Amino acid sequence: MIEDEPNIAEAVRFILTRDGWHLALHDDGEGGIEAIRDQRPRLVILDLMLPNRSGSEILSELRGEGDPGLAATPVLMLTARGQTAEATTQADAVMAKPFANEELRAQVRRMLG
Amino acid sequence: MFTMSPRSVTHILTGTRIRERRLALSRRQADIARAAGISPAYLNLIEHNRRPVGEDLVARLAEVLEVPAEELASGREEARMAALREAAARAPSGKDPAPELEQAPELLARFPGWAGTLIATSRRADALERQLVNLSDRMTQDPYLLTTLHEVLSAVTSLRSTASILVEEGELPEEWRHRFHANLAEDSLRLSTTAQALVAYLDSFETEEGIYTPQEEVEAWMAAGTPPIEEAADLATDAARALARDHLLRMRAERAALPDSTLGGASEAGDPLRIAARLRAPLDLVMRRLAALRPPGFEEVGLLVCDGSGTLTLRRPAPGFPLSHPGDACPLWPLYRALATPQTAISARVRVPEGREFDTISYATRSQPEGIEGPLLTQAQMLILPAAGAPDAPGRVIEIGASCRICPRSDCPARREPSILSPHRAIGGL
Repeated sequence: MIEDEPNIAEAVRFILTRDGWHLALHDDGEGGIEAIRDQRPRLVILDLMLPNRSGSEILSELRGEGDPGLAATPVLMLTARGQTAEATTQADAVMAKPFANEELRAQVRRMLG
Repeated sequence: MFTMSPRSVTHILTGTRIRERRLALSRRQADIARAAGISPAYLNLIEHNRRPVGEDLVARLAEVLEVPAEELASGREEARMAALREAAARAPSGKDPAPELEQAPELLARFPGWAGTLIATSRRADALERQLVNLSDRMTQDPYLLTTLHEVLSAVTSLRSTASILVEEGELPEEWRHRFHANLAEDSLRLSTTAQALVAYLDSFETEEGIYTPQEEVEAWMAAGTPPIEEAADLATDAARALARDHLLRMRAERAALPDSTLGGASEAGDPLRIAARLRAPLDLVMRRLAALRPPGFEEVGLLVCDGSGTLTLRRPAPGFPLSHPGDACPLWPLYRALATPQTAISARVRVPEGREFDTISYATRSQPEGIEGPLLTQAQMLILPAAGAPDAPGRVIEIGASCRICPRSDCPARREPSILSPHRAIGGL
């Protein structure tokens, strides 16, 4: 998960860890994209508004990776309601903040099978 | 394309007011005429707006009619007439019945209260439209507002998730419970602080009067009749006062170069190019002086001036012609085409979104005030007049607006950003 708000990240980590998932947290885009390359996660939860590099920039870079498997990594984008659709067109799923914990759990289950 | 109206409104207003005052006193035309030293027939012509009235005669009639001369003189009323024309121009095109513009002097003279209400309402609508654009700009572009709203959203998201965990997740390890309680306290404090700041910021929107740039202050000062700079409430900043002083100096110099009497005598030619040729004066000077003097035939003329970057440096509005912020204009205005063809006048008919049409003449000049090695400066200006007759080339009317933000033409090829008045469409040209 790439999210710069520590309390949101902490809550999400608690919920998903309790469901049995392993969640790695990164609070900026640079570290996040490196971690995706290194750890090859099954799912990326990506905040749209991040310092230094926005979520949409990170997503574009990921989709442009030479390794097709890495480029196709599923991405769940977290946005503010009403933010431009263009910024999230490459995401596999989009969830508006604030979200219900159960909504997030169900979405992750759907995406990870 | 340019035609002349047969009479100036100046003496129309004065004649009507003389008649109204005489009738209010229940005096006969013959008595008033005799006391003022003119014939009853001449007074009758004046009262029916068929003869102009000089200052001396106005003074004599005012004395006889027992009112201050300025109440009969039309200068003060001209501004109100212009405001009424502005109000009429706001009416949608094709509205039936259309505002009876020819009756406007009567409305002003006989029902000053209703006229004042109409003017005030129209101005209020202008102010609200302007405020709408300002607010829209802020909502979409203001970095402080965007950052603050992001803060609020982040705090609310965190609060909602954390509270749900504490309520719905059953037993929690002690360490996690403490951590989430601390997060709740931290986020609620952050939310209340941010919300207070946001409310204070939004409150400031209402207290501002909508004048943001020195240029806009100067335009408000010009609309108020250029009162003495040191006493002008519209000139709130040093930059605006400096601009106003420059404007006065320039106007004085241009008036000396092309006096009122000279221009007024030649304005019957109608076409600014013919006027310039007849007076052997530069066309750009003639255009600026026509906009400043507004002689017969040019009472409703407007003028836009921009520099080589396209930034508007002067905006004298024409009734019904849409203007927006100085730095945010419609790229289809013929003014900008003139920048590419200096020293060549461009005549074009334009149609605004409300349906009104205007005839425009645009003309650009180039200069090197610092000599041959100095920078090349370009300035363009566009004279705007209500359309007269059919266009020279039917179908060649340019559809324009004020600025993309408030323009409803969703299929415009020159659109550079979405409009707040129509559904979002793809932006062309990028």
